Amino acid sequence: MRKNESAEMAQTMARGTAMWKNLSKVLAQFPLHIVVVSICLIWMMPSVGLLISSFRSRNAVLSSGWWTVFQHPFDFTQYTLENYINVLTAQGMGRAFLNSLIITIPSTIIPITVAAFAAYAFAWMEFPGRRTLFAVVVGLLVVPLQMTLIPILRVYNQIGLSGTFLGIWLAHTGYGLPFAVYLLRNFFGGLPRDLFESAFLDGASQLTAFFRLALPLSVPALASLAIFQFLWVWNDLLVALIYLGGAEEVAPLTLKLSSLVNSLGQNWHLLTAAAFISMVLPLIVFFSLQRYFVRGILAGSVKG
Amino acid sequence: MQKKGVLPWLYIGPTLLILAFFLVYPTLGTLYLSFLDKHSKNFVGLRNYIWTLTSKDMLIAFRNNLLWLVLFTAFTVSLGLVLAVILDRVHYESVAKSIIFLPMAISFVSAGVIWKFMYAYRPANAPQIGLLNAIWTGLLNAKPIGWLVNRTTNNFALIAAGVWIWTGFCMVILSAAYKGIPRELIEAARVDGANEWQVFWRIILPLMKPTIAVVTTTMVINVLKVFDIVYVMTNGNYDTEVIANRMYKEMFHFHNFGRASSIAVILLLAIIPVMLVNIRRFQEQEAMR
Repeated sequence: MRKNESAEMAQTMARGTAMWKNLSKVLAQFPLHIVVVSICLIWMMPSVGLLISSFRSRNAVLSSGWWTVFQHPFDFTQYTLENYINVLTAQGMGRAFLNSLIITIPSTIIPITVAAFAAYAFAWMEFPGRRTLFAVVVGLLVVPLQMTLIPILRVYNQIGLSGTFLGIWLAHTGYGLPFAVYLLRNFFGGLPRDLFESAFLDGASQLTAFFRLALPLSVPALASLAIFQFLWVWNDLLVALIYLGGAEEVAPLTLKLSSLVNSLGQNWHLLTAAAFISMVLPLIVFFSLQRYFVRGILAGSVKG
Repeated sequence: MQKKGVLPWLYIGPTLLILAFFLVYPTLGTLYLSFLDKHSKNFVGLRNYIWTLTSKDMLIAFRNNLLWLVLFTAFTVSLGLVLAVILDRVHYESVAKSIIFLPMAISFVSAGVIWKFMYAYRPANAPQIGLLNAIWTGLLNAKPIGWLVNRTTNNFALIAAGVWIWTGFCMVILSAAYKGIPRELIEAARVDGANEWQVFWRIILPLMKPTIAVVTTTMVINVLKVFDIVYVMTNGNYDTEVIANRMYKEMFHFHNFGRASSIAVILLLAIIPVMLVNIRRFQEQEAMR
């Protein structure tokens, strides 16, 4: 009985010290949490301000800061969808969203398809000049876009490709290729050699090996690459600015938004809504495919 | 491996053709145009380059790119490193990382709008709707500042927006490298009596050096090519010009193709050494995996 009691007491005491230890650990970590949470808050603040402002009326946005909504956050009468309706219709962001899709989807599919064939050849076929050609392709990564704009624009103007979707699809294909070939060739090259050798022994053609082996085994790499290229094109301003020029009817979101910045000036209720529309798709991709997204962005750090 | 024949050329043919037209030909073309005059008619020798390297407009652009180079790189890399280390110690690490990485997903144009709104300026008697001026006037009781117009603040304001976008990128790469450091190494140092500060400087930092180098060179390349943010937020006015924006202006506003080309060539020359280092480091890292 006594023994039991003292054991119990020892246990309680032990639990007490453990709790105390935990508590002091939490207390010691308190400054750390404050720093981390405040950095996160600072990082969110600009986007939150944009989002809130895009739902406020013109008068509200111009007469008080967006943070004042927190005085009565659940008073839903202060929010409105009017800005979005206005921006999508009257300001042409709806059309621009469609244009962005029309530009981005082929500009993602074409370069990856073309690059996959080339990368496969560089990895699993033998031909004279293989190494040199691959080095040249990788070397082209260093060329900044600026270096190519004027001569290509001139050719485009002569053959009527400027201001057309075809022109910008091809341009994005050209600019996306070196990186895509580089990434895929590294990935294909890393696949087990035995696999290909036994496939060829079994009489598989190169085309079969490409479609049945290389591609299915590279889905993660292809997904990362596709997301990277998709976002790169979706978020691109420079290429659209140069090859689509001022053509309203083909302008993608970035181009449209940057011209609204000039024409709308201080109409922040509209600008914030327009900016949010251009962010929606990348944000969905970011939250739903985060792993591939991060991988793609990291791999893309060598893109020129 | 199958031997020779035309098949490989069918596979790489489209790539070679497209690259020849979109990268090789125009690069040589731009090089050639940089020695011709405004309308690409007459040979002018090095005149465009002399203008590019000595004119007042370009010197401002070079100064600003240098400012970006130092501040942007220093802040993104060091903040990324600090975040990589301290976020490892909280259990909501993944949420915090998402928040800080998020700006990487959106376009520089929308980031430009976001920050232009942060910096919004209203006269002293009107309510401030930009967060920064609200804090500035509310807490410090100072006069509102036109952050993007004021010549002493505007470049820093632009760089801050850039840091907001890119810090997450540095953080994610550095965090992966940090988690790759064997825990026993750090524990052993602690057991031997090293404090956290010493562990950081003597163990973590040296082991992360290669990754820090990759991240730094990547940021340097970004800086050299910085365009969208400046184009959207100030368009290079009030002494915020940068090299890439100036090239665009020479091309589209002044139609001076000689000067625009020579700026592009200078940009290429500045990027090549950094890019070569970057690709080599990248391959070393790939090889290590």
